[in-house]
Amino acid sequence: MVLVAVVVANGGGLLVKFSSRSLVRLVSALLVLLAASVAVRAQGQAQGQVGAEGQAQNQVEAQAQAQAQAQVEAQAQGQAEAQQGEPVRIGFIDPLSGPFASIGTSALLLLEFSADYLFNSRGGILGGRAIEIVPFDNQQSPTETQLQFRRAVNEGLHFIFQGNSSAVANALGAAVTRHNRRNPGEEVVHLNYAAVDPALTEENCSFWHFRFDAHAVMKLEVLTDFIASSESVKSVYIIGQDYSFGHVVAQTSERLLGEKRPDIAIVGNELHPIGQVKDFTPYVTKIVASGADAIITGNFGADMVALARSVIDAGLDIPIYTFYAAYDGITATLGADGKDRIYLVHSDSGNPFSTEERRQFHLAFKAAHPDRDVTQPRLMNALSMLVKAMEESGGTDPYEVALALEDMRFSTLRGEQIWMRGSDHQLMQALHILVMTDENIEFDADNSGFGLYAEHVVPAAQTVLETGCEMKRPRR
Amino acid sequence: MPEILVFATLNGLVTGLLLFMLASGLTVIFSMMGVLNFAHASFYMLGAYFAYSISLWFGYWTGLIVAPLLVGALGALVERYGLRRVHQQGHVAELVFTFGLAFLIEEAVQFFWGPETRNYQAPELLDFPLFTLFGQEFSAYRGFMLAISMSIFLGLYHTLTRSRVGLVIQAAITHPQMTAQLGHNVPLIFTMVFGVGTALAGLAGVIAGPVLTTFPGMALGLGSIVFVIVVIGGLGSLQGALLASLLIGLLQSYAIAADVGVPDLLAMLGVEFPGDHPLDDLWTLHLAQVAPVLPFLLLVLVLVFRPKGLLGKRE
Amino acid sequence: MSKTLKAKAGLWGGYLAVLLLLPQCFDSLLAISILNQMTIAIIFALSYNMLLGQGGMLSFGHAVYFGLGGFLAVHALLLMERGSASFPIVFIPLLGGLTGLLAGVFVGSFSTRKAGTTFAMISLGIGELVAASSLILARFFGGEAGISGDRTFGPPLFGIEFLRDVEIYYLGAGWTFLATLCMYLFTRTPAGRMANAVRDNPERAEFIGYSARWVRFISFCAAGAFAGIAGGLFALNYEFLTDENLNLATSGRVLLMAYIGGLGFFIGPIIGAVLLTLMNFLLSNYTELWLLYLGIVFVLTVLFLPRGCAGFVMMHESAWRRGTLHLLALPYLLTGLPALLFVLAAVCLAELSHATGPTLHYLGLSLARDSALAWAGPALLAAVGWILTARSLPRLREAWERANAAEPERRT
Repeated sequence: MVLVAVVVANGGGLLVKFSSRSLVRLVSALLVLLAASVAVRAQGQAQGQVGAEGQAQNQVEAQAQAQAQAQVEAQAQGQAEAQQGEPVRIGFIDPLSGPFASIGTSALLLLEFSADYLFNSRGGILGGRAIEIVPFDNQQSPTETQLQFRRAVNEGLHFIFQGNSSAVANALGAAVTRHNRRNPGEEVVHLNYAAVDPALTEENCSFWHFRFDAHAVMKLEVLTDFIASSESVKSVYIIGQDYSFGHVVAQTSERLLGEKRPDIAIVGNELHPIGQVKDFTPYVTKIVASGADAIITGNFGADMVALARSVIDAGLDIPIYTFYAAYDGITATLGADGKDRIYLVHSDSGNPFSTEERRQFHLAFKAAHPDRDVTQPRLMNALSMLVKAMEESGGTDPYEVALALEDMRFSTLRGEQIWMRGSDHQLMQALHILVMTDENIEFDADNSGFGLYAEHVVPAAQTVLETGCEMKRPRR
Repeated sequence: MPEILVFATLNGLVTGLLLFMLASGLTVIFSMMGVLNFAHASFYMLGAYFAYSISLWFGYWTGLIVAPLLVGALGALVERYGLRRVHQQGHVAELVFTFGLAFLIEEAVQFFWGPETRNYQAPELLDFPLFTLFGQEFSAYRGFMLAISMSIFLGLYHTLTRSRVGLVIQAAITHPQMTAQLGHNVPLIFTMVFGVGTALAGLAGVIAGPVLTTFPGMALGLGSIVFVIVVIGGLGSLQGALLASLLIGLLQSYAIAADVGVPDLLAMLGVEFPGDHPLDDLWTLHLAQVAPVLPFLLLVLVLVFRPKGLLGKRE
Repeated sequence: MSKTLKAKAGLWGGYLAVLLLLPQCFDSLLAISILNQMTIAIIFALSYNMLLGQGGMLSFGHAVYFGLGGFLAVHALLLMERGSASFPIVFIPLLGGLTGLLAGVFVGSFSTRKAGTTFAMISLGIGELVAASSLILARFFGGEAGISGDRTFGPPLFGIEFLRDVEIYYLGAGWTFLATLCMYLFTRTPAGRMANAVRDNPERAEFIGYSARWVRFISFCAAGAFAGIAGGLFALNYEFLTDENLNLATSGRVLLMAYIGGLGFFIGPIIGAVLLTLMNFLLSNYTELWLLYLGIVFVLTVLFLPRGCAGFVMMHESAWRRGTLHLLALPYLLTGLPALLFVLAAVCLAELSHATGPTLHYLGLSLARDSALAWAGPALLAAVGWILTARSLPRLREAWERANAAEPERRT
C-alpha cells in the first residue's frame, strides 16, 4: 500500500513538473523489461528441462509422475481428514530474498513438502491437526532476524526453524534465550537445522536450542579421518574465509591432522576476507608453489565457486575437501571439471539411497519442484522428531516438547537410528564423505547430470564427541 | 619464490588490465561530465549476464560482440533519459542517481536471472593451457583476456589522441561551450561517450564472467574499487588510469603472495606482546588479510594529501 | 511573532504527544518493535539530513558513526553485566553520541576540507575501511557474529528494569524528541544557518568571513554525534550489534530514507524514516521482490521528485495559498487511478513470474501460473492503465498551470 502510494506520488510529481513523454518512455521500458523477464525465465525453464531429459531415464520420470499423482490424491484425502483442529503453526526464519535467497527458498520448499508428504497427507498430527509452515524472511541479516523473531512471537509461534549462517543462529539463539527468560510461559524453541558453529552446543548452549546437523568439529573429525586414510596425501593446504567458521576449520584441521597423521605437512593455512575476493588465482599460485596434495576449505557460495574455478583453471589436479560445494548453481558451474575431485562431508548419504521410502520421497519432491533439489534432507528428520516429541508430550507446550526432544531416539526414512543428545542438544547421526561425479548418480544436483555419491560412511556412534556444555535448565 | 613472483605479476597484470577496462570508460565520463558513475560496475555485471544468455543460444563469440553493444545502448539510454535530467540538480543528485541505479540493477539481475551462480563458460577453443611454468598452468583464456584489454588500451589511446573524434571529445572536456559554438552537438557527444564507456565495462564483464564466476554479487565492491582507480590515477588521465589499475592489481596480488604480517614485523623488531589482549587481532594481522582494503586506504590518503591524483592536472 | 511561536510550540507538543500515544494505539509486541525501529531510524535519518540536506555533504559512510556508537554502547552493557560499572541505561545513547562525536571529530578533521565529490569519496573510503576492520578486529567487533549484551543489568530507574520492549520505546521516544528538538534548534543557530550558506555558495561564505571548512566540520561532528545516539538506542533495543550495522548497506539505507522523505525539509527525513521502516516490514514478508520495488521507487524519486515526499507536498503550497487547490483534485484522481491500476497490474505480472507455487494469491485473486489468462489479464490491465495515465497527463498539466497561474487573492 505504502509502496503504491509512493509510486503514485512519484507519478503525480512528475506529471506536474516535467513533460509527460519521458514518463511514457520510462514505463514502456518497464513493460519491455517485464516481457523480457518472462522470456528469460521461460527459457531458463526450457533449459532445465532439456538438461533433465539428457540424463534422467524416462522410466524415472514416469514413476515420479505416477507418484506425484498418487501423492496429490492422498493429499486431498489427507487434508480433508486433517481439517479437524487448529493447524499446528511452525515458524521458519531464513533468507528468502537477497543474495542467499536460493538456499533459504530450497529449504523452505523442502520443509513445506515434508510437512505435506509425511504428515498432512496422512491425516495430520495430534489427532488430525495439520502442520502449517509460516515463513519469515531475514535476508541472512542478524538485525532482520531479530525483527522477524518478534514477528513470529507476535503471531504466537513457539517453534522456529532456522539454519543458514552461524552468525544468524547465534543472534537468534541469544534472542530466544533472552525472550524465554523474560517471558515465562511464552517460550520459543529454536530448531537449528544447518548452522554448524560448535559454540551453539558448547559455551553458548541453551535448553531451547536443538541442532540437527553435526557441528563443524564433528564433521572435521570425519573429514580428517578420511584424509588420513589416504596414503597418497602427504601435504595439505587449508584455505578459508576470515570469520568464525573459517577459523574453526583452520585451527581444527591443523590440530586433528597433526594427531592423526603427523607425517602430513600443513603447507599453508590461509584466511581470506569473506565475499571480497574476485579472483582466487593469486591464492592458487601459493597453493601450487607449496606443492600441496590436497586442499581443505570451508568456503561457501560464491567464494567456493571462485576458489574451485581458479584451482581448475590453473591445471592443479588435486582433491578439494569441502563442506558446501554442491547445489544452488555450484554443481552446474563446476560441471565436468569438478568430477571425482570435489569431496563434501555431509549428514546426508547422497546417492545411492538405502531405502525405497527415501527414494520415493525424493521422486515426489522432484515431481513437485523439478528445478529444485533436496539440499538439506535433515529438515525431514528435524520435522519428524519435532512431531514425535509433540505426540509424546501430547501437545504443543514448548517446555514439554523440548523435554521430549531431549535424548530422543528416532528411526529415519533412510532406516538409520539417530539420537538427540540431552546434555547439549546435539543430534548424533551418520556422516558421509560424498564425491561429486556423474557415475552411479540417480539423483543429480542442479539438473546438471552431476551429483553426489557416498564414498565413505561413518556411523553415528563413531561421530560422538565430548561436550563442554553447561546447560542452564529452566524450572517449571 | 621466483615462481610465486612470476605468477603474482601475471595475475596482477590480468586483474589490473581488467580493472583498467572499467576505469578507462569511467575516467573519460568523469572528466567530461563530472559524474562519478556508481553504476559503472553494474554495467560490467550486465555485460556478463547478457553474454551468458546470448551464449546459450548463439555461442560465446556472438556474445562477445553483441553483449557489449547492448550494454552500451542501455548506457546511452540511461545518460539520455536519466542522467541528463538529474544533471540540472548538480553533482550530488547525479551521484545519488547512479547509486540508486546500481542498487536497482543488482535487484533487476536477480529478478531476471535469479540469485544462483550462472554457468557461464569460456569457449572450448580457448580451453587449453597457454604455457606451464613451475607446474602451474596459465590458461589460454587468461592470455586472451590480456590481449583484449591491451588492445583496448592502445585503441582507446589512439582514438583519443590521434583521431578527429578524439580531438572533439578532448575539446568538449575542457571547453564544452566553445565546442558547442563550433557546431558540435555536445550533449550527443556526452551520450556517445557514456555509451562507449559502459560498453567497455560490458566487454570487461563478458570476458571476466567465465573466470570470476557470474553471480549477482559480482559487481559488489568493484564499483568502489574502480572509483579508487579513477581518483588515484587523476582526473581524465588515461595513462593515470592505466597506471593506477596496474598498481592496484599488482598491489593486491603481491599482498596475497607475500607471506608476511605483523608477527614477522614484531619478531624483526624483537617486540613481544602478551597473548590475551583486546587488540590481539592487530598483532596477528597478515598482509593477505588486508589486501582487499588496501585500495581504500590509498584512496583516503590520495584524497587527503594529493587530491589531483598521480597524473591528474586539476582537482 | 508570538503567534508563530505558539504555533510552533503546539507543533512540538503534538509531536511529543504522538510519540507518547503511539504505543497506546498499537500495543502488540510487533507494533512496538516497529515503533522502536522507527524512532531509531528517525534520529539516524535526521542526522544524515544535517550532512546532506543542510550541509551539502554527500556521505556514503554515515553508518560508521551509527555503528561505532552502537558498539561502544554494547560494550558498556557488557561492562555492567560483569559488574565493573553501573549507571542507568537511560544514558547509554549519550555514550553512543559521544563516541559518534569523537569519531566525527577525527574523520572530519581531514575529510571536510572540500565538499562535493571529494568528500563523498573520502566518506566511501572511510566507510569501507571501518567495515573491513570491523571483521578483522574480531575481539572488539565480534567478527561477523557481532557482540551481544543484556540491557537488564543496569540499576533500575524508578523501578523500571527495561525487561519489556515497550519500556525501551518510551526511553527511545524521549531521546527521539530530545534529539529532534536539538537538531531543529541547531538549524536556527548561526552555525546551522552558515551550513546552508556554505552548501549553496562556499565562496561567498568565505568572503563574509566564515571558514567554509570550519562550518562543514561543525555540521559533520554534530551529525556524527546524533548518528551515535541512534546507534546507542539501537544497541538498547536489539541488545547486539554486528558488522552490518556499520557497512555500506546501512549507509545506503539512510541515504534512501533521507532522499525519499525529502532533503532540505526538516520534516522530510522523518517521513522517509517512517515510510521505509513500514515498507520494510509490510512488504518484505509478502514478496521477495520488495528490494526491486524499493530500487524502482528510489530511482523514480531521484528522477522526478528531487525533493522527495516532503517536496511533493510543499509543491502545493502556492496553490493552497491561492485557494486553487480544489482545481487539482479531479485531475489528480483521473491520473492517479489509472496509474494505480498500471502499478498493480505490473506488480502482478512481476509476482506471477516469480511465484514459487503453481498459483499466486494476489489481492484476493488466485492466479494459476500455467494459464494464459492469468498472464494476459494483468498485461491487458497494465496496458490500459498505462494508456489512460498517459492520456490524462496533459489535462493534469493544464490544471496545474491554471491552479498556479491564477491571480493570488490579495489579503492585507
